[in-house]
Amino acid sequence: MYRYDQFDHQIIAERVAQFSDQVRRRLSGELTEDEFRILRLQNGLYMQIHAYMLRVAVPYGLLSAAQMRMLASIARKYDRGYGHFSTRQNIQFNWIKLQDAPDILADLASVEMHANQTSGNCIRNITSDEFAGVARDEIVDPRPYAEILRQWSTFHPEFAFLPRKFKIAITGASEDRAAIAVHDIGLAAVKNAQGEVGFCVLVGGGLGRTPIIGTEICDFVPWQHVITYLESIVRVYNEYGRRDNIYKARVKILVKAIGIEEFKRRVEADWQFTKDGPCTITVEELNRVAAFFTAPDYEQLPENDAAVAAQLRESRAFSNWMQRNVKPHKVPGYAAVVLSLKKTGIAPGDATAEQMDAAAELAERFSFGELRVTHMQNLVLADVKQSDLIALWQAARELGMATPNIGLLTDIICCPGGDFCSLANARSIPLAKAIAERFDNLDFQHDIGEIELNMSGCMNACGHHHVGNIGILGVDKDGEEWYQVSIGGAQGNASSLGKVIGPSFTFAQTPEVIARLLQVYVRERFADERFIDTVRRIGHNPFKEYVYAAPVNDDKALIGAEYALLAAGAPYDTPLYSPGL
Amino acid sequence: MIIKNKTIADDDWIVLRLGENDTPEGIAVPPGKVIVPLKVWQAQRDVLQARAELGVWLASDERAEDLNNDIEKFSVIAVDFPKFADGRGYSIAHHLRTRLGYTGELRAIGDVLRDQMFYMQRVGFDAFAARSDKDIPEALKGLSDFSITYQASSDEKLPLFRRIQRGGGL
Repeated sequence: MYRYDQFDHQIIAERVAQFSDQVRRRLSGELTEDEFRILRLQNGLYMQIHAYMLRVAVPYGLLSAAQMRMLASIARKYDRGYGHFSTRQNIQFNWIKLQDAPDILADLASVEMHANQTSGNCIRNITSDEFAGVARDEIVDPRPYAEILRQWSTFHPEFAFLPRKFKIAITGASEDRAAIAVHDIGLAAVKNAQGEVGFCVLVGGGLGRTPIIGTEICDFVPWQHVITYLESIVRVYNEYGRRDNIYKARVKILVKAIGIEEFKRRVEADWQFTKDGPCTITVEELNRVAAFFTAPDYEQLPENDAAVAAQLRESRAFSNWMQRNVKPHKVPGYAAVVLSLKKTGIAPGDATAEQMDAAAELAERFSFGELRVTHMQNLVLADVKQSDLIALWQAARELGMATPNIGLLTDIICCPGGDFCSLANARSIPLAKAIAERFDNLDFQHDIGEIELNMSGCMNACGHHHVGNIGILGVDKDGEEWYQVSIGGAQGNASSLGKVIGPSFTFAQTPEVIARLLQVYVRERFADERFIDTVRRIGHNPFKEYVYAAPVNDDKALIGAEYALLAAGAPYDTPLYSPGL
Repeated sequence: MIIKNKTIADDDWIVLRLGENDTPEGIAVPPGKVIVPLKVWQAQRDVLQARAELGVWLASDERAEDLNNDIEKFSVIAVDFPKFADGRGYSIAHHLRTRLGYTGELRAIGDVLRDQMFYMQRVGFDAFAARSDKDIPEALKGLSDFSITYQASSDEKLPLFRRIQRGGGL
């Protein structure tokens, strides 16, 4: 993976010094909260319900074991012993004190990490395919480009105060695992007829209040020109994007308003000034960065491992795990393994400091000391020998990270919701838990097969509910938490936005609503047909009719302990640290 | 007092702003060194261009190209930041410096604060009228927050990877 040189180190060190001074000035009252807010956001620091939340960047999802251990250390030292992996491959710490933030950033810098631009109206952390470099369907390894773009976007002087946040995702495989269609810019690496590498560029995708699938602006930007081309897109956005209404300020709204043709015309008019100019990426720079992402020292191994084959026959639990959590690898005898952070009873994406340390150790034992964070909020060990799979499975089981549910119903994408987030209308974590408990039966989940259930606590859509096969959105009705259910959303190559099935439901009703949707699916499906394909084939009506045909029981007791917790309010007592108040 | 060329300097320019009842055609431009709104320049160009020294300022929703070929006529061009979080001024400055080739004084006015000045300097501002309630010597420190930068901009014509020899892979 990429390692900092002296210049990267210096830039990050200077950033830590800058932010330390800004915190000092805030605490002394020299900076008002309005002035400071935007500065802290660009350093990943949010003010949430109970405390500050620090969002640490995991550039394109890649972590070394040493970095993961530092995250564990931060969780222990400055937080309450856990962290939350997010849908943008980052990690969030929920219980941070403002005066600790500079020390945390210094700790991160010591392992070549930072929290730069993980929030604020600037170019955010660039996300990518968690199987980059190992996927069988990979055309081009996106990681060198992601790193080059990370550096380009870091403290870009012209784009620190855009109309709104700006998210870029990049994939280099034929299957899009980075949800590029729902980003402000989506990049898909491709090769032209001459075998030259370039990028198909999508623009104006995004979720939130106005979900829109990105539109292709250019089918082939040669790799050398990707910085200048992106710079022109962001410049046109900076100049023309709306600033009068934050809900209409994303680039998707501008693209819709003026049309993709006019947007493209402006971008290409601007690009004529910079194309082939000094910001054109050089072969030397690409080679320099790409050299950090060369293949590790793979052994020559047989395609299949005999012990694994035997274990598959013997152990149902192992074969379930192999089927769901182990992914193909381009090198014979290797596999990529997903460590599930979706064990029933745990907030989706949460990991304790002990799990982080243990995952780091597994990475060192089994996967060349590297890990990845997925936008589905799980972890990946990308380079595991098949002959190590049994040992890894046993170790991961003991850590609670071997739940064989990847891609299944309980592999829920979920935002922090009303338990933590000051924007949320409703809680999402307790509902995710309630749903996971109701459908905890693995046989049932394996029978239902591949399905994505995504949940957001508000319309900002951090839980990507629009692109969930089943999407759940928390809404506020007269001060009460309700949940709107949609079906038909999907991410990836055939991205689509879900459609709401009808009036919203209470917390206690929602698991039953999911059950009814699944009953319709089971009734209607063809053999081996996925939930999403059934929805696409038969449409929304059969689902809608069945769900609303009979009243849905609103018995709070159905939810048991979760509902009691919900009714009692958040069991947290830490007051928000607010200087100057 | 303003910050100019990285030092604190006296300043006798007056920034003219249109009041609610003013029109670009009707407003009287006082004598002396005045930085007028772009609209006033456009409306009173025939009279104003006779002045020995004149400045013009652009609002954040105006465009550098609106100055057409006039940029040589001004002793100072200013860009207004109505709120520091309004980032359009950065692209305006970028255009003035890199597209229109403006080499004279480029001044940031309005909600100009220490913590944005490093970026402003990078895109081509060389004068900063820091907000009047702020301490100017303190604000000056903002210009030296970083000694290394990744991107090309007005201050560095080359991105870091063309400027120096970077460290290689393992």
